[in-house]
Amino acid sequence: MAYHRPTELKDALDILADSGMQVLAGGTDIFPAHNGPELSGDVLDISGIAGLNQINQTADGWRIGATTTWADVANADLPAAFYGLQQAAGMIGSKQIQNSATVAGNLCNASPAADGVPPLLVLDAEIEIAAFETTRQLPLGEFLQGVRKTALEAHEIVTAIHLPNHAIKGTSAFQKLGARKYMVISISMVAARLTVNEGRISQAAISIGACSPVAQRLPALEAALIGQKPNDPDGWLGAIEQQVNSLLTPIDDIRADAGYRLSSAMELVQRTILEALQ
Amino acid sequence: MSQTTLHINGLSLSHNASPARRLSEVLRDDLGLRGTKVGCDAGDCGACTVLLDGAPVCSCLTTVAQVAGRKVTTLEGLPAKGYDVLQAAFLRYGAAQCGICTPGMLVSAVALLDRIPHPSKQQVEDALGGVLCRCTGYSKIVSAVMHANDPLPEAEIPKAGSAIGAAVERLDGQAKVDGTEQFGADLVPENVLLVQTIRAPYHRARFNIGDTAAWAARNGVIQVLTAADIPGENRFGVIPAFADQPALAADHTRFKGEAVALIVGEPAVIECCNLGDFPIQWSELPATTDTDDAKHPNAPQLFKDRAGNLLITGLVRHGDVDAGLTSATHRATTTIKTAYVEHAYIEPEAGVAWLEGDTLVIRACTQAPVMDQEETAKILDLPKERLRIIPAATGGGFGSKLDVSLQPLIGLATLKTGQPCRMVYGRAESMASTTKRHPASMTASIGCNAQGEITAMCFDGDFNTGAYASWGPTVANRVPVHASGPYRMASYLAEARAIHTNGPPSGAFRGFGVPQAAIAQETLFDELALACGMDRLEFRLVNALRDGDKTQTGQRLAGVGIIPCLKALQSQWQETLNRNAEWNARHDSLKRGVGVASCWYGCGNTSLPNPSTILAGITPQGQLKLHQGAMDIGQGSNTVIAQIFADALDLPLADIALVGPDTALTPDAGKTSASRQTFVTGKAAEQTGKQLRTLILQRLNAGDGAVLSLQGDVVCACENGTTNRLDLRDLPLDENGYAISAISTYDPPTAPLDENGQGIPYAVYGYGAQMAEIEVDMRLGTVKTRHIHAAHDLGRTINPTLAAGQIEGGIAQGLGMALIEEYIPGRTENLHDYLIPTFGDMPEITSHLIEVPDQEGPFGAKGLGEHVLIPTAPAILNAIYDASGARITQLPALPFRVLAAIKAAQT
Repeated sequence: MAYHRPTELKDALDILADSGMQVLAGGTDIFPAHNGPELSGDVLDISGIAGLNQINQTADGWRIGATTTWADVANADLPAAFYGLQQAAGMIGSKQIQNSATVAGNLCNASPAADGVPPLLVLDAEIEIAAFETTRQLPLGEFLQGVRKTALEAHEIVTAIHLPNHAIKGTSAFQKLGARKYMVISISMVAARLTVNEGRISQAAISIGACSPVAQRLPALEAALIGQKPNDPDGWLGAIEQQVNSLLTPIDDIRADAGYRLSSAMELVQRTILEALQ
Repeated sequence: MSQTTLHINGLSLSHNASPARRLSEVLRDDLGLRGTKVGCDAGDCGACTVLLDGAPVCSCLTTVAQVAGRKVTTLEGLPAKGYDVLQAAFLRYGAAQCGICTPGMLVSAVALLDRIPHPSKQQVEDALGGVLCRCTGYSKIVSAVMHANDPLPEAEIPKAGSAIGAAVERLDGQAKVDGTEQFGADLVPENVLLVQTIRAPYHRARFNIGDTAAWAARNGVIQVLTAADIPGENRFGVIPAFADQPALAADHTRFKGEAVALIVGEPAVIECCNLGDFPIQWSELPATTDTDDAKHPNAPQLFKDRAGNLLITGLVRHGDVDAGLTSATHRATTTIKTAYVEHAYIEPEAGVAWLEGDTLVIRACTQAPVMDQEETAKILDLPKERLRIIPAATGGGFGSKLDVSLQPLIGLATLKTGQPCRMVYGRAESMASTTKRHPASMTASIGCNAQGEITAMCFDGDFNTGAYASWGPTVANRVPVHASGPYRMASYLAEARAIHTNGPPSGAFRGFGVPQAAIAQETLFDELALACGMDRLEFRLVNALRDGDKTQTGQRLAGVGIIPCLKALQSQWQETLNRNAEWNARHDSLKRGVGVASCWYGCGNTSLPNPSTILAGITPQGQLKLHQGAMDIGQGSNTVIAQIFADALDLPLADIALVGPDTALTPDAGKTSASRQTFVTGKAAEQTGKQLRTLILQRLNAGDGAVLSLQGDVVCACENGTTNRLDLRDLPLDENGYAISAISTYDPPTAPLDENGQGIPYAVYGYGAQMAEIEVDMRLGTVKTRHIHAAHDLGRTINPTLAAGQIEGGIAQGLGMALIEEYIPGRTENLHDYLIPTFGDMPEITSHLIEVPDQEGPFGAKGLGEHVLIPTAPAILNAIYDASGARITQLPALPFRVLAAIKAAQT
């Protein structure tokens, strides 16, 4: 059993190129799935890689390094378009979890209830993936392929999340619904990012999590919102129900039945839009 | 292995460990820093919180490699950082009960206080929200952290004769806040072997175990033990007549998680052992986990001699219920279903066993050391004298640690190997294999006349007792006695059945079925009050039991405290009704409601003996020792029993040194169960204290009015200006090894219940009433509990801080049962799918301590521990109805159920 903790990305990719192994960052998803006092099998620990946990503004937008923790996101000085992401960062698990868990880890774990996904979807997040001598970039919606399933190959790691300039506009909000206050897996959750120009909604991005295998954007609702007056919800309330019913395929589980997920999602969409517009 | 340099609590330590090891394991097992606790190994409980460069993280989710070059601070490092003030505040405010979550709370609080020395309530809740506590209900923890940097409230140090009623700090508290308390997993002798259990993967199955010797040899395991290795009777159970559970199943299993074999070996081997190829063949059998299915004629039968899977039926009846219901002006009927509820103490079962000569010593978490001794001795075929139980500090129990769990298993392993053997349950193992609260399926009807007086109540309940009897008979007997609530009823018929299923055994959980039954009765009371057009609190006052009334079992009562409890809520009740009416007129999507419910609860065993014995003595050197055998699992008996004893003897509390519990040192004080310790053991302590006082006074020829004092090795009695001195060194040692000592036993006087359930089941009852104010989100079905007023009749308050702590903690569990807790066998064996309340889910709680003295209880005291949970769920459910019109009949009231009920009410 080998435990690798490289300080350079290149070394990490070298190791993975030779043989695939489990990649460890914050550990908050890997350890709970593991019995016993230590991880078994070979481990590539990427939490020590220099520069992989930075949040930077670039020419094209913003770049969040893969091992940036949710606490780092919550505490960063970011534009209003990130508010929803920062709200979500403060609702993931507990302070303990937020101090360890990483942004990329939340995506790679690919839980349908990952709180980080809806707010990143409304920021048009692109996932930067590196392998030995190659890199590629995928939209988040393509990166996530299903329950616990991503487009990541065994020899690849996620290195960053890019948020393009065209999405760093307006204000966003995030709401999650759970059965208790702290440390709770979402029953449903919604992120919304809206831009208002001259009294009309000019840009809209809405997403829902925990109501389908992968969190989803709501394109028809987004389209219906364009041109609406923010203070006149009657103009767009109807579109919520139609879009939610036609797009989502929630499941029954111990937290809620499918019908409840749909109706709560509709309510959350409305509330989150209104919050983002405030 | 690799060399890592760790920076822990300001020290640099070189350490050889596997880099992939959990930091929590390295801290505890390699470095001996066992102040860091492990509750779940999944980041769900926060008990293992440490600071990493000042930020709280779960050490169970962090590899040791990840902390290289970074600063780690554990509980042990807090005093050096100046946070001994926080530890002192935890003691003074009563923020530590069992103490298992305390390290995680303290460490998390330090990260907050480093930034914000005087935090708000909200800031404390946000910062500590990742640490679960199952005892306190959180509010005293919030207070301690908010005021950590303020001057401490004055400590109460009572003079002789004034210990009772004083808010003294818990006498056993210091170790709980400084990390030195040794819980079940914290004592690790040299050369200890580790034991792990092979458990059933199906609800019901047959199995064959193959060549274990070959498997053991291949894996480096020292021994594999099965049912065939058990020297005694392979059968245990808390009630001897119903003992039916094997320590290790022989050829078939009745629930998922049942133990079938043990593997014993070096810790490094056992913890990495691949159990996937253990030589066992399973054949899954049809199973049932629901009482409706289990009652079906074709259902799998769990026991040959329990036809229809019926374990036992309890019955109480008087009067003509049919006539009472028929003639009633108003009648209401309900059917309520409740879920399995998990105790979810933060300490999973753990313990260690070793041999001292030919005596087997077992040190494990427990609520009942003498029962552990009796049951384990029987299984291991040892005379009782050769088995010594030294209870470990116990990190919460709430009923489940009454039954033996790992005691016979580590005992067996130690007898077979001759070496110390240790076992620590994982969270999933603990949840799958130990007892639960009985799921109940209940139908009840109540009728009243036009004045609101109850004419009849009929109650019928099936209680899912799971695969083994455990405390099922107790639940079946207690429920019919209590299902009326503390109310007068002209006629009454209550029947409760304990039904076997292939679910986990249901046992004792704070209230023995009474919290479930109270939901049926108290929600019906609301319906009847509304039908009568009466105020709901007034309706309860009309029907409440009074002194001289008879209970449903025909027992004539005195010292009845329910009316003072209800009256203590009256002004708040009226104010809240008015305030809510204003709020609801202005709000559509958030509706507020208020509900009230009562409780009563008999303290001690139902019509069965349950004596407690207390020994106390003074050594020739003048040390006053109290042999206190009542297990303090956080509720406070170490302190309360000592307070009672001190006042009975009339010496200062500070003079007393506690001994025990330990079956070799303390006489049997019975089990910590049935709200009996303050009453029963307290009464024994009162008797012992008085007896010791009398002995001393006799020796000194002093009168009853003499004032005693202990001055070095001399006892002085001062009376009318003259002082008599008893030199303890001059006295020969008595049979207890003291210069002077006393021992006394108390067993509450009860009488058996006849075929109609008539008799005197309990010597003492306690009473209470709670009022819950809640807010319902009408579009999401979420419920926020805003405020609970809890009025409880303690007879005599022994320690107000500890009493309030019991109330707050009981309310937390009642709230969880009402709103979020649902254990599903095989599905929710962790603390992220099984949800218990966090800091953010608790309402403000106002405790009203009522004192209606009881003639029997020590200094008038009554029990409290279980009472506090009973009214919470029905009060919340009644408040939900008041706010939203939603009548919840299946618990817990998760948002989807509440929203469905709101929609049903609106159509």
